[in-house]
Amino acid sequence: MFRYYLWLAARSLKKNPALTALMVIAIGLGIGASITTLTVLRVLSGDPLPDRSARLFVPQVEPHSMDDYQPGEEPPTQLTYPDGVNLLKVRRADRQALMAGGSAVVQPDDAAIEPFFADARYTTADFFAMFQVPFRYGGGWSAADDDAHARDVVISKKLNDKVFAGADSVGRTLRLQSTDFRVIGVLDEWRPTPHFYDLNVGNYSEVEDVFLPVETALELKFGRNGSMDCWDDAPEPEVSPNCTWMQFWVELDTPQKQAEYETFLRNYSDQQRAQGRFPRPTNVRLRNLMQWLDYQKVVPSDVRLQVWLAMGFLVVCLVNTVGLMLAKFLRRSGEVAVRRAIGASRREVFAQFLVEAGAVGAAGAVLGLLLALLGLWAVRQQPGDYASLAHLDLPMLLATLGLALLASLISGLLPAWRACQVAPALQLKSD
Amino acid sequence: MDIAPILAALKRQKTAAALIAIEIALCCAIICNALFLIMHRLERSQLVSGAAETELIRIRTAGVGQRGNPTEAAAQARETVAALAALPGVKAATITNQVPFGSSSWNTSLRMAKDDKSSIANVGAYYGDENLLETLGVKLIAGRDFLPEEYVDFDALLGSGAAEPKVVIITQTLARKLFGNDNPLGREIYAGDEPSRVIGIVERLVRPRFDSDMAFAESSMIQPVRLSLAYGNFVLRTDPANRQAVIEAAKKKLHEIAPNRIIFDAKTLEEIRSDFFKQDRVMAGLLIAVVVSLLIVTALGIVGLASFWVQRRRRQIGIRRALGATRAQILHYFQTENFLIVSAGIVIGMGAAYAISGWLMRQYELPRLPLYYLPVGAVALWVLGQLSVLAPALRAASVPPATATRSV
Repeated sequence: MFRYYLWLAARSLKKNPALTALMVIAIGLGIGASITTLTVLRVLSGDPLPDRSARLFVPQVEPHSMDDYQPGEEPPTQLTYPDGVNLLKVRRADRQALMAGGSAVVQPDDAAIEPFFADARYTTADFFAMFQVPFRYGGGWSAADDDAHARDVVISKKLNDKVFAGADSVGRTLRLQSTDFRVIGVLDEWRPTPHFYDLNVGNYSEVEDVFLPVETALELKFGRNGSMDCWDDAPEPEVSPNCTWMQFWVELDTPQKQAEYETFLRNYSDQQRAQGRFPRPTNVRLRNLMQWLDYQKVVPSDVRLQVWLAMGFLVVCLVNTVGLMLAKFLRRSGEVAVRRAIGASRREVFAQFLVEAGAVGAAGAVLGLLLALLGLWAVRQQPGDYASLAHLDLPMLLATLGLALLASLISGLLPAWRACQVAPALQLKSD
Repeated sequence: MDIAPILAALKRQKTAAALIAIEIALCCAIICNALFLIMHRLERSQLVSGAAETELIRIRTAGVGQRGNPTEAAAQARETVAALAALPGVKAATITNQVPFGSSSWNTSLRMAKDDKSSIANVGAYYGDENLLETLGVKLIAGRDFLPEEYVDFDALLGSGAAEPKVVIITQTLARKLFGNDNPLGREIYAGDEPSRVIGIVERLVRPRFDSDMAFAESSMIQPVRLSLAYGNFVLRTDPANRQAVIEAAKKKLHEIAPNRIIFDAKTLEEIRSDFFKQDRVMAGLLIAVVVSLLIVTALGIVGLASFWVQRRRRQIGIRRALGATRAQILHYFQTENFLIVSAGIVIGMGAAYAISGWLMRQYELPRLPLYYLPVGAVALWVLGQLSVLAPALRAASVPPATATRSV
């Protein structure tokens, strides 16, 4: 029966090519716009570390002076150097890493390559294991290297390709800001999206090219990138207790450890107050990775607005299609009357028209898919650090087909129901 | 024209008429808000910075001038700026910490008294030497420029003990915010522990980074602070036509003075501005595309449904024509019918537009949709409806009276 209905649908759709095209285009446009915007939203609001994100946390404490104090304010999103070091050294979490963004001049031995600036991340030993950073060659450094201000560096695959022509460069020397560093590791391709561990250098920026111990960078006075917030007197901002500028992440494997860590943060704040710092009331937060991204409003508000806009557009397209299908189906009242008179049940007539609606939906899905691919291509041509990430993946492809089919069936429901209400005798009489 | 028979006929096809009305309503709601968003974005990107935008070049460098002796660093900076200012075609040159629409921004909280516990304003802080005002082309509308003895070296400020600058120039907008209608000249504000006296007012100077709050965007101050090469950007002023040549000459000169210097970028302020507003332009373009698509889809929908109605009523039309109705009367019948349906849609759509605007206000901190957008949207949809129904209505008007005597 289904095949017969399909044949009927094909015949009917061919009979009014303009009307059919209109319906297909309406559904296709609506679907194309929705899928394009939803794909961008999905890429941007994704989980950068799906199997670990629930165990990674950002501790926040409140070190500000009482100036401009307003009860209920959130504590700052970054830590001061003294607090960062204190929390790092007590090692109360399963893993912890203190870090900051910066940039360093790379001076290759090869005279053919001009010195250039590379984005840098100054961090501590656990960074690589905690974030499951993939290595191509070698590995990270140890906590002892952190304490020894080791001249060790981990570099990205991109930098390794540029400076060492992609060879295994572990053990080789890299000159940064006129200081020799030993390469101890080369990363594999890695692009966590968003750039969750430090949103101050751009929500969707690429991973840095050089990684070195934070104490080493401070000792050599490497340049920093990101944001810094200071209050009162802060003559040497990098190490001042009055400047927040560092990011701190911890890994806590069980809910019990998480609760304990929050208690520890409170105790730490109280203890600091007893020593004359932290004048404001104790105010701590411990958000996990996804909560953090949500709190920091990582997804650009324009992207959400675009999704709403596309959805509104889709609804208009669907209402439009309902109207056109209604017109088309009711025009065939005579045909329905004949089919009903020779024995087709209402159900069968209803099914026949739904199949026709579904066929329109399938064609609309194909068109919508093409338009979405075109739309995403256009997004990739735009400026912005996330544009290059906009690609259609399999789940979104299936969602496109599903959404188009669902949309067309919903638009077909009302017209098909109205069509199957046609009384057989009356129509035959009047025409 | 009597609308009673039209209403009676519409009652017989409630569903289809309701569908068009709903489509028009949705369209009206979306289009009113989209137009408002487009205007909002375009308005923002028209913002006047207060600087001579078409004449400026900014060059960012790094690699020399490591932190060292503050006096030496300052002298080195002054010599480099002088060398750049001497290049042919350069009208003025300076070294500053930031430029309008640039990616780096320096901000300070201001207090009205030393012991105030809360700040009165957050402002963008421009640091510059004696050439800053002239180079940027910022217009001083009251008071005076800094005197040579009022400048301090930034590197000296970084080390403790050096005196903070004692005078400051602020924008008109900031002056109004801080002092209302009082004369701001001679008044004191606190950026640090020491007071700064307001000695000059500039007409306008926007800070590098801002969202949609224009009072915030124009809250800037200029402090007499000479920067060293480690923190400064070079800004050059030249004739608009000379900009590319000056960029090349400046790059060459900088390389000559210090061969191991790295030049991050050398851009015109127009390019920097264009980058800053790129997202707004993209969004406005996208909104325009959506509005146009909506109008097209809706128009085609009306054409489709109206054609269907005309075809269905061929016999009735034929009968009316046979009974003496003119072509014009048939034409007007369909036009009036469309006007009624579209009007119903617009009434619902205006309510929906207002509701959506309220939601946008909460989600995106946008101002309330100005009421004049509603009639604009309404007129657009009336025109759209009439244009779409014209072809089917003309077809209806051309139905010959003889149709009445034939069976379909």
